[in-house]
Amino acid sequence: MSNRVKTDRIVITATINGEERTFLADERDSLLEALRERIGLTGAKEGCNNGNCGACAVILDGRLVNSCCVMAAEVQGGTVTTVEGLATPEALHPLQQAFLEDAALQCGICTPGFLVAAKALLDHHPRPTEHEARFWLAGNLCRCTGYDKIIRAVLNAADEMSNGR
Amino acid sequence: MVSTEQPKQYRVIGSRPIRHDGVDKVTGRAEYGADVRHEGMLFGAVLRSPHAHARIKRIDASKAEALPGVKAVVTSADFPGAEEGDLDLGEGRANPRWLLDNLLASDKALYHGHAVAAVAATDQHTAEDALALIQVDYEVLPAVIDVREAMLDTAPILHPELRTAIRARGVEKPADKPTNLASHLRLEKGDLDKGFAEADVIIEREYETAMFHQGYIEPQNATAFWNRDGEVTVWTSTQGAFSVREQVATICQVPVTRVKVVPMEIGGGFGGKIGIYLEPVAALLSRKSGRPVKLWMTREAVFQATGPTSATYSRVKIGAKRDGTITAAHAYLAYEAGAYPGSPVGAGAQCAFAPYNIPNQVVDGLDVVVNGPKTAAYRAPGAPAAEYAVEAVLNELAEQLEMDPMELRLKNASKEGTTNAAGQPWPRIGAVEVMEAVKNHPHYTSELTGEDVGRGVAMGFWFNGGMESSSSATVNADGKVSLILGSTDIGGTRASLAMQLAETLGITSDDVKPHVVDTDSVGFTAVTGGSRTTFAGGWAAYELGVQIRDRMRERAARIWETAVDKVEYRDDGTIAGPDGKQLSFQELAGKLSATGGMIAVSATVRMNTPGPAYAGHIVDVKVDRDTGKVEILRYTAVQDVGTAIHPSYVEGQIQGGVAQGIGMALTEEYFYDDEGRLRNASFLDYRMPVANDLPMIETVLVEVPNPGHPYGVRGVGEVPIVPPQPAIQQAVYDAIGVRFYKTPMSPRVILEELLPE
Ligand code: FES
Ligand code: FES
Repeated sequence: MSNRVKTDRIVITATINGEERTFLADERDSLLEALRERIGLTGAKEGCNNGNCGACAVILDGRLVNSCCVMAAEVQGGTVTTVEGLATPEALHPLQQAFLEDAALQCGICTPGFLVAAKALLDHHPRPTEHEARFWLAGNLCRCTGYDKIIRAVLNAADEMSNGR
Repeated sequence: MVSTEQPKQYRVIGSRPIRHDGVDKVTGRAEYGADVRHEGMLFGAVLRSPHAHARIKRIDASKAEALPGVKAVVTSADFPGAEEGDLDLGEGRANPRWLLDNLLASDKALYHGHAVAAVAATDQHTAEDALALIQVDYEVLPAVIDVREAMLDTAPILHPELRTAIRARGVEKPADKPTNLASHLRLEKGDLDKGFAEADVIIEREYETAMFHQGYIEPQNATAFWNRDGEVTVWTSTQGAFSVREQVATICQVPVTRVKVVPMEIGGGFGGKIGIYLEPVAALLSRKSGRPVKLWMTREAVFQATGPTSATYSRVKIGAKRDGTITAAHAYLAYEAGAYPGSPVGAGAQCAFAPYNIPNQVVDGLDVVVNGPKTAAYRAPGAPAAEYAVEAVLNELAEQLEMDPMELRLKNASKEGTTNAAGQPWPRIGAVEVMEAVKNHPHYTSELTGEDVGRGVAMGFWFNGGMESSSSATVNADGKVSLILGSTDIGGTRASLAMQLAETLGITSDDVKPHVVDTDSVGFTAVTGGSRTTFAGGWAAYELGVQIRDRMRERAARIWETAVDKVEYRDDGTIAGPDGKQLSFQELAGKLSATGGMIAVSATVRMNTPGPAYAGHIVDVKVDRDTGKVEILRYTAVQDVGTAIHPSYVEGQIQGGVAQGIGMALTEEYFYDDEGRLRNASFLDYRMPVANDLPMIETVLVEVPNPGHPYGVRGVGEVPIVPPQPAIQQAVYDAIGVRFYKTPMSPRVILEELLPE
């Protein structure tokens, strides 16, 4: 049948949240699909599947990316951090703690993306201004909060991390 | 916080504990609809009409069915058919026949993106491949997408059988012929002609608002399993599990008890996740394939096919005496319903003049079908467009009368006992308190300097809902209480309800463990919508608390071998008896099992004393003459919140509503081409505010407790979306001297006005 689409499975090995994982993916899978459907890490969310909302944000080899716009095949040998990789067994990441204390989430669907994007921000700029935080996070949509409490949480976490340790 | 009445002393209410579902949500563990997975689960995809209006002559799915991996294909012919009727969805209604037709088009596709067929396959890619193999023969028909054009005699007709329903005295019944005008309602009070005759100044203006989408970040989704014994289970992200159950049972024609709806965490709704789009389709695919089926909407489909709010045309005329006393007002509101009747024009009509005590008024509300997606509730459904027009006229009126705009409003403010458009007296409301708080706010009294900067103010009103809520609770041996809820948690619901139970019992928020459960596990509970949940759900929680207190007292009396009336339940949770005997809540909880068993209680409440909400907003803007961009410099939102249960989430609701209102005012709109095709169905092109578009949004919580609630709760979620459009319209005028009568005031619109021809 001419219309039949033949797809190939590929084997991918990558370090995901500090653990080496080998998994089978469809060659058409995005990183987001692979994380969610093949590995079962459903923390990264799909809001648009075309790079416009940031709900699927992950850190790939030190860079903030929208995982819906990265092919799974591209992470071969790479290092990926998702929202599931932020907390340690002992404690939440200061950003996670700040999001809770500052009520920076309502429905929470954007939260994983914001946390990952904010972590990337603080990795690069430990003491951002409000202005910098707003511009860095402009690729993440939140429809519930009006951003006010999110920005405050990020700035508070930055304070906490710089002063606290 | 501005507290206007003797504040009650609360222990838990008014504090800011960490929400119970917080850790799951910041660690990525919370399970939303998309995260549902079942062994053998199939993935679905939906084929949608590329035309805005077309007769469907034939659908041939044989090639799709033959594609390896495809397990089922359905079209509208697979549904049993539906009767005419009226389903109450909690915030809006639905006629089952139209609901069914919207799920999968039958003889005609009525808008670009209207679903025509659905596929289930072993993985998402295969399901999407299969769509391309479905052959649909369309006869393309002329489309109409504008509310006023749709009312012309020459307009293409969507539903040949539709006739105008007249819901008013004195409106002439139109001729018995096909029409797109689904209904015309009129609210009337006093004598309009007399009122305008008494006026010294009369202003009449026309306004248009664009179609706006709710813009929740999580697309619609549904997973269904139709078991061989006829039991149907649906997992979905919804604002109302029971309303989904009702709709699925009606559409699939199965008894309601055979449908179980499991509400997953919900990634935003704002009214858009009350109606359904996928659930019965997933159920049907499951019945055909014998396997669980998950359907998921693409973002493009969300924009094309799920309820936006109505685009509107309105005309508002207000007359006042020199001293600012409003003598008469008329509003004519025409709302697009989308492809099927049922815009929120009724609510808009009732809200239009609600902040003001106007003796002579008429509101006409028209519901008009057009070739667009069926509109759905969106935060204070119907109110923003109607009140935008009224508030904008008031700002012009204030200027003509050379009065302070808040002074004008205060002079005409609704108060307890003045009557609304329906002629009923208002209960205790906080309109005046909010207006005063705006007028005295340092933002309002501050000087604004700079080039091309301006300030605006506006008020907003929303009813808030009551309706039915059920809940149950059990006291555990460790002194903690499990709280079972039927309301989905859309942004702090668990916390706000658990806090009200904790307050009643004198324990902490953390001592209460709230759970949102499926429709088999709790009594009927209406939607999380209409700003009703903290009110009615909180009342149910209070009832549970009162029952638990009584049961704890009885138990203590038995232990102490004394009469129940000798046992007191103190506000701090201590149970005290004669001779200084006392037990803490926790101590008594530990003795329950040995002294007669654990305590479990349930409550169902149906309350019709919600407290209406008023909001007043102040905004400063700067208009960039080169780019046409309007920058929000400062924003202050004042609101009567009744009692703020968890102030952080109350502030958050207000800030979120303001941000959506700013989007309406400045950047959001649907673009249709001449053929009625939606051209901006993405988050890039449908431009919602992002973090660098907004400043911090200051909130002022005025607390005028609702006497119709044990803790004074009024709803808070909806009204903040109302004032931004007129406030910003006024601010832009103040900045550059141009009044815009259309929202959004996008850079293009502003530049067209500012640039020389
Ligand atoms: S889902 Fe990837 S950016 Fe929206
Ligand atoms: S909290 Fe709902 S989208 Fe951000």
